[in-house]
Amino acid sequence: MSLFSAQGLALRFGGVHAIRDVSFTVEQGEVFAIIGPNGAGKTSVFNVITRVFDPSAGSVVFDGVEITRVPRHRVVHHGIARTFQNIELFEGATVLDNLMLGCHRFADESFLGQCLWTPKVRETEARLRAHVEDVIDLLDLAPHRNTLVTGLSYGVRKVVELGRALATRPRLLLLDEPASGLNPEETRDLAFWIDDIRTDLGVTVIMVEHDMSLVSEVADRVLCMHLGEALSTGTAAEVQSDPRVVAAYLGG
Amino acid sequence: MRFDYDTSYRDGKRLLRYPSQKWTYAGLLLLLVAVPWLLPKYYVGELTYLFILSIASMGLMVLSGYTGQVSLGHSAFVAVGAYAHAWFLTQGLPFLPSILLATGVSALVGLALGLPAIRVSGLYLAMVTLAFAILIEHVLGRWKSVTGGFNGMPVNDPVLFGMDLSGLKPFYFLCLTCLVIVLLLLVNLTRGKTGRAFVGVRDSEAAAASLGIWVAGTKVLAFVVSAAVTGFAGALLAHHVRHITPEGFNLLLSLELVLMVKLGGLGSLRGAIMGAFLIGLVPPFISQIKPLLGDRIAQQFGLEIFFFGLILAVFVLFEPKGLNGRWLKLKAFFQTFPLYRKDVFKRGKSYMKSERYR
Repeated sequence: MSLFSAQGLALRFGGVHAIRDVSFTVEQGEVFAIIGPNGAGKTSVFNVITRVFDPSAGSVVFDGVEITRVPRHRVVHHGIARTFQNIELFEGATVLDNLMLGCHRFADESFLGQCLWTPKVRETEARLRAHVEDVIDLLDLAPHRNTLVTGLSYGVRKVVELGRALATRPRLLLLDEPASGLNPEETRDLAFWIDDIRTDLGVTVIMVEHDMSLVSEVADRVLCMHLGEALSTGTAAEVQSDPRVVAAYLGG
Repeated sequence: MRFDYDTSYRDGKRLLRYPSQKWTYAGLLLLLVAVPWLLPKYYVGELTYLFILSIASMGLMVLSGYTGQVSLGHSAFVAVGAYAHAWFLTQGLPFLPSILLATGVSALVGLALGLPAIRVSGLYLAMVTLAFAILIEHVLGRWKSVTGGFNGMPVNDPVLFGMDLSGLKPFYFLCLTCLVIVLLLLVNLTRGKTGRAFVGVRDSEAAAASLGIWVAGTKVLAFVVSAAVTGFAGALLAHHVRHITPEGFNLLLSLELVLMVKLGGLGSLRGAIMGAFLIGLVPPFISQIKPLLGDRIAQQFGLEIFFFGLILAVFVLFEPKGLNGRWLKLKAFFQTFPLYRKDVFKRGKSYMKSERYR
């Protein structure tokens, strides 16, 4: 039994087929990459998994739970976290508060307790902070801890968003183009982090990525999509040499 | 120069971290307690009114500043709080249960408005809340058996534990106490989990939902809290004006509240209070300078609105972050003296954000 499986997934907006009949499975501890030309439906797959859209058909099962029946804000409680293609950070808040928001699902204080700032609330805040500090250590974010997101460069924002997803303590991490807009050096760091996340934290990773050097380096298996359909699955080398994939990218 | 040096995770959440802060706030509180004996009666009354405005302004700040939902109809919540309180008092309820019930009624009305209103945002939300305010004003005008119609209704004096608090000094202290309590409750709410969720919903609904924040629920909660606090301020205002009429809660009051949170600096309770003082002081200021303006200008109708517009224009041009932004800059200047650079607060680049899914 795989940790994650999508079966016969389809997503239609009227006559537009964003995804048609896509199926794939991801094993525990795997780094799984989804590649494909623009408009292939990669991000749509993520949006279906995180319940932004209801699929027109098909099912998504994660650890025995049918995710397509879970409300959108409860998905993270099952251990699925994501990042966004165009960074979706909370710009008016500090890096620390962004990461603390990642821990939102572990905070269970009552409304009245929060208003009165009871000892329990103080204790919870300190506990979440300690957890956030682990993420800050892992991703070297200490210099930016109290900076507002508006004051950060693009590369750091990408890392903060990764950190925020990690702060939810996910078992499955969905990374939407984590390397877009990063320079080669930052991409190298990212490759190491993804490896750390998989090896040390035991988090399974699905990522959408265009940078093939990063994909070949970290991904165990690759799925190539084109016009909403799954073209080919296999190791990075296998997929890259598939004639249908070459045709999808270069035409022909 | 001062360096932040936290020695425990709790340090970062402490409200007053340095002895200087403790002394400053203690001094401020002492000064406010001494005011009734230091200033002429007129100013004590004005200051009481400013305290009430500050509470209402903080109520709107929760909604507009923290969750980013614009409301042009907050005068309606002030009115609901005022009328509910006045009515409960005429039914023979003591002051404390009455004001708490009025707060509850206002919160319920906030829930009733919030449930449909969260479906829209931005300009459309402004229209919905505006329509709501007009609706409430008319309901209050026509529901004669309860509200006394457009003639208004008198408000019984506040009596707490057998003490009549309607006098100038007792009422001043009542409002000051209420302001401090509401401020503390809201400060606690906004520095914890719920406050972060509010800001999260404001800055990115997509990300907030992916982190387990129930976006719709959080928005409605902001509406309810905001309505409750504003209604509470309305109940105090009823005692201040002693005779309430629907016209006392018209569109101009809503606009003043919006100006308070905008000019004070969105996303800060300190800003809400500063903004309330700035806007609340405009009418007395105008009446002070009227003799200097000459008859032709002084007789003009709508001088207040002209001044509101002027202040808004000046702030939008020179200090978009409002009074609180200016305060933070001044503070940074002194704390980092002599290293402060003009660019420290320069707004960073805002990278493209997708609005495709909300």
